Amino acid sequence: MNDVAAAPEPVRSTRKTGRFVYIASVGLLCAWVLVPLYFLLINTLSSPETVNSFPKPFIPEFDMGSMSFFAGYGGMLSALKNSIVVAVMTMILSISIGAPAGYALSRFDFRGKELFRMLILLTRAFPLPLLALPLAVLFIRTGLDDTAFGLALVHTTLAIPFAVLITFSLFSGIPIELEEAAWTLGCTRLTAFTKVVLPLILPGITASAIFAFVISWNEVFAAAVLTIENRTLTAFLLVKLSEAPLHLKFAGGFILVVPALVFIFAVRKYLFAMWGIANR
Amino acid sequence: MAEIQIKNIAKTFGDYTALHDINLTIADQEFMVLLGASGCGKSTLLRIIAGLETASSGEVWIGGRRIDHLSPKDRGIAMVFQNYAVFPHLTVFENIGFGLRMQKLPNDEVTRRVERTASLMHIEQLLKRYSGELSGGQRQRVAVARALAMEPDVILMDEPLSNLDALLRMEMRAELKGVLAESKTTAIYVTHDQVEAMSMADRISVMYEGNIVQAASPIEVYRNPAAEFVAGFIGNPPMNFLRATPAGDGKWTVAGQNVDGPTSGSSPLQFAIRPEDMRLADSGFSATVKVVEPLGAHLLVTCEVDGTLLRAILDSDLSVNRGDQLTLAPQSDRVRWFDPETTLAVA
Repeated sequence: MNDVAAAPEPVRSTRKTGRFVYIASVGLLCAWVLVPLYFLLINTLSSPETVNSFPKPFIPEFDMGSMSFFAGYGGMLSALKNSIVVAVMTMILSISIGAPAGYALSRFDFRGKELFRMLILLTRAFPLPLLALPLAVLFIRTGLDDTAFGLALVHTTLAIPFAVLITFSLFSGIPIELEEAAWTLGCTRLTAFTKVVLPLILPGITASAIFAFVISWNEVFAAAVLTIENRTLTAFLLVKLSEAPLHLKFAGGFILVVPALVFIFAVRKYLFAMWGIANR
Repeated sequence: MAEIQIKNIAKTFGDYTALHDINLTIADQEFMVLLGASGCGKSTLLRIIAGLETASSGEVWIGGRRIDHLSPKDRGIAMVFQNYAVFPHLTVFENIGFGLRMQKLPNDEVTRRVERTASLMHIEQLLKRYSGELSGGQRQRVAVARALAMEPDVILMDEPLSNLDALLRMEMRAELKGVLAESKTTAIYVTHDQVEAMSMADRISVMYEGNIVQAASPIEVYRNPAAEFVAGFIGNPPMNFLRATPAGDGKWTVAGQNVDGPTSGSSPLQFAIRPEDMRLADSGFSATVKVVEPLGAHLLVTCEVDGTLLRAILDSDLSVNRGDQLTLAPQSDRVRWFDPETTLAVA
């Protein structure tokens, strides 16, 4: 007889209930995320007739009709190219602005530091639709409208809070003594950074960059308002799919979701770090 | 030659003064220990010498060259940190050779010096490892080797042994002392551990609230503390203090007994004696035993004399029990006197 079986009856039943609640919660949370994705997958890989019929099959029929439609759809490739160009620019801009801010927050004491940390998040406090109209006017005046760079600027604003907070936590995880040791061993502030700090945070910086990429990739509102000719994939699909049949909507959604999912999955460890959950 | 001169160094953080006008000269090849409780400014002083902190005023000279305006890399110093600061992304070899690579020394020279310092610190078999694969003691050896490989004029150590366990600390203490004497560099060593300070130092600077209270050889600091603070900080257990009132003519009344003391002065003084300088005698202080702690070689006896607790180290052959009445006599040439007004020693 092992210890668990030897436990008195009430204890055992409490344990069993606790375990049941735990498993049920985990299952529910997983379902919350996975079920919509699964339906998206099934409907994408189904023929138009199956998509519109009921009940749905649980096993996809691997009908590539919807997907091949998009492969040959005009404008699709240039929209994809725009999306990538804007996302890469956002990635570069948000890291080159966000990482120094993260470094300053973690290494230096200055007046208003805590306030600054709060204010960084404020760029996410205003709903984008509120900002989009004045931004559109401003962009038209300065000639930034309908350019990849202009859109990248807006996306950078959205991505910077995360870039700053992620790099802040990365830099804070590196003891200042490592830098100080490098200084006493012949490094300047800059060489200490490139030879000691950078190699140590490079994986985290990469993750933070990919996250900025995903933010830009997923953003649809600013993209739809600020571009006309040079639409990104999200904006392009949003406009085109609004009048498309259901099976194509599913396929379009699938095309958008998958890259973002893959990227987020690749950098999940660092996103936890941002919220202070121990990684590694 | 790397004599260090610290001239009128002061450091303030806002309203708080961490260091008050520090003056200290450390001779070439001397092993100087800065000793004090946490918050006394010893680490701040070390970091000012290293260039990791800037002084609010004053000058630092090393080997006849003023260096307080230079960045750390140009000061001819190397530093060992309390938490080792071994670079996790480099092998032990590259860690030790890091400073040499920064100096752009040729490869074979780097290899030669890394291998020499590694064998000095007995880590030659670890050269290919990363710091994550090392124990605390091994990391500390790497940190010391990295500093020594620079062949610096001055080596600065900030509580380098305090993260090690007691046994390892004792072993490293002796080893470090030997290696540093061998390397002929001037060393400044910060610690709060008086045993470390006593056993390693050529000279100890005892610091208290941003001042150097006494800078002298370990024995001098132990035997002739310059201030009550030093007497109470150094020695385990520390010195005993009893109130002394003048009885005129160089005589002082201590716990009802007449004791010879300073000839001048008419205000009360503090009578001080080390626990091991108390003997059982026919005449002396009458003491009531409160606690007896057998320490093997000795008995540490805490007793009450004239309303004050007093510790005496007695031979462990004696049978002393709680509640016993003892007569304790101080060894007269070991008695020290302090002025309670200034807390300084009185001759």
